[in-house]
Amino acid sequence: MTALLPRRGLAQILALIVILAVDRIVSPQFFDLRLQDGRLFGSLIDVLNRGTPVALLSLGMVLVIATRGIDLSVGAVMAISGAIAASLADTHSLAVVLAAALGAGLICGLWNGFLVAVLGMQPIVATLILMVAGRGIAQLITEGRIVTFSSPDLVWLGNGAVLGVPMPVAIALGMLILTGAVVRGSALGLLIEATGGNARASELAGVGTRAMILAVYVWCGICAALAGVIAAADIMGADANNAGLWLELDAILAVVIGGTSLFGGRFSLVLAVLGALIIQTMNTGILLSGYPPEFNLLVKAVVVMTVLLLQSPKFSGIAGIAARLRRSKA
Amino acid sequence: MTLKALFAASATAALLLALPASAAELTIGFSQIGSESGWRAAETSVSKQEAAKRKVNLKIADAQQKQENQIKAIRSFIAQNVDAIFLAPVVSTGWDSVLKEAKEAKIPVVLLDRDIDPSGKELYLTAVTSDSVHEGEVAGDWLAKTVGAKACNVVELQGTVGASVAANRKKGFDTAIAKHANLKVVRSQTGDFTRAKGKEVMESFIKAEGGGKSICAVYAHNDDMMVGAIQAMKEAGLKPGKEILTVSIDAVPDIFKAMAAGEANATVELTPNMAGPALDAIAAFKAKGTVPPKWIQTDSKLYTAADDPQKVYDSKKGLGY
Repeated sequence: MTALLPRRGLAQILALIVILAVDRIVSPQFFDLRLQDGRLFGSLIDVLNRGTPVALLSLGMVLVIATRGIDLSVGAVMAISGAIAASLADTHSLAVVLAAALGAGLICGLWNGFLVAVLGMQPIVATLILMVAGRGIAQLITEGRIVTFSSPDLVWLGNGAVLGVPMPVAIALGMLILTGAVVRGSALGLLIEATGGNARASELAGVGTRAMILAVYVWCGICAALAGVIAAADIMGADANNAGLWLELDAILAVVIGGTSLFGGRFSLVLAVLGALIIQTMNTGILLSGYPPEFNLLVKAVVVMTVLLLQSPKFSGIAGIAARLRRSKA
Repeated sequence: MTLKALFAASATAALLLALPASAAELTIGFSQIGSESGWRAAETSVSKQEAAKRKVNLKIADAQQKQENQIKAIRSFIAQNVDAIFLAPVVSTGWDSVLKEAKEAKIPVVLLDRDIDPSGKELYLTAVTSDSVHEGEVAGDWLAKTVGAKACNVVELQGTVGASVAANRKKGFDTAIAKHANLKVVRSQTGDFTRAKGKEVMESFIKAEGGGKSICAVYAHNDDMMVGAIQAMKEAGLKPGKEILTVSIDAVPDIFKAMAAGEANATVELTPNMAGPALDAIAAFKAKGTVPPKWIQTDSKLYTAADDPQKVYDSKKGLGY
């Protein structure tokens, strides 16, 4: 019986392989790769490149969810940082642009963290405030227009490449390694898990739970701001109405697909990013398939449900019993 | 103060208040939806320009995308006894009672850009709107004429699924190219009217169609998606505007920038000037009692590289798109 329970990560890897195989069927040239202007080019690269914003969001989100919180404002933070980056791009150096955009993310994270950790608001309500107000702030910055820029430095962040790997993918990989090194290379990850598992017990055991919660929201804000800069750099403009719209839900989904419970506690950074890739592999497959767009959301829902069922111990238990019954009949 | 004096004072006050209205100049209240999009902002600024041109006093009330605010604005226009009310309705239903109040006050109402539920036809004077089916037809006709007899595979970037504009622009384009057997839509996906999605969907079209070599033209339901698609084509080493024809709808400034750079071919304008025809209709109605037709269709003008895109860009960029 226990042998039937998926090992940690196995369900996600299996799901990714199955979806990749389906993509290969709907689009025979799915795995083709070539170099185009010094940059790898192909559907697989599209998956990585388009998956970057959600992967970055999920890196912050998974830590927030591990503390039993949630951050609904990440999409709006993306819009704010993108708007700031686009407004400054043509008049300031890349360093200033990045500092301003990421600084805005940091402030947004501090605000969320303050409401949750210090004022004790419920995370879903606390972050809802910035989710609504944030998009308005972004629209104020852009004055409701799509602000375009031509600064080659910022464009390079979205469309450039290092050793053939698109910049956004390289940045996301770097952030994964950095976050992993910080939370797993020290006791920080354990303390975050303890805070999410049982905040009161952790507090009594001497864990600075307030500082933990504040820190994860700040990191989440910074990750979201980086995603916003990349999204703006990609289209060479900031679209405050649409940048990051509903992406908070994709980020939460990526974390959940990655097997992290919304009730906090144990978390996995790598699996959350894998979750983001699963979502994007599916999205790209849908676009390549040529099905009418009316089916997009339906296909997505079925795939997500299947992946989550694969992870459910109860479901695999039932499936195991059914399989055994069938075998004993034969 | 005696009663008589009070009467006299209020009569003088009323006379003073009535004075500006008795001048030849018209006062019109405009209940605008808000600033939901760049086009909407441009519509507001063009309305101001058109009113100034005709020396009309236009009062604009921004409803911030809320019907209740629009209803409040209309009631306040009625209380101010304006000469006419322009309404860009945020939704199509729920206008009956407030429009009846305007009718009872004998203030004509003109709808701008969007129509309302058919039950209220007698409640407004006329509606000035664009025909989005026709916009799609203009785009399709241009493509058919440009391609000639050559076989042409078209990929389509649709607007948001379920939006009536998207359905109409698709319908119009399909009707126009149905007459030409050499034109075929090979792929059609939604790009949600945004640049980012337009780019992502175009990337997948290019991969699915053998690196884009078999794509002859792109049709996008709005210019923003086309701007994204143009970037995707350039990043794939293709030459939009030359190897792949582009036609889209709206005529926002950025598409003219692309056109000036030779990367876009054509766009069909959704004119932000809805107030101009409406002001003319009201002026004729007030002066001679001419009742306009129930629907005034705005012009869906086609712009190509031959129309000096740089100049159009310069004239449009200050409008708030």
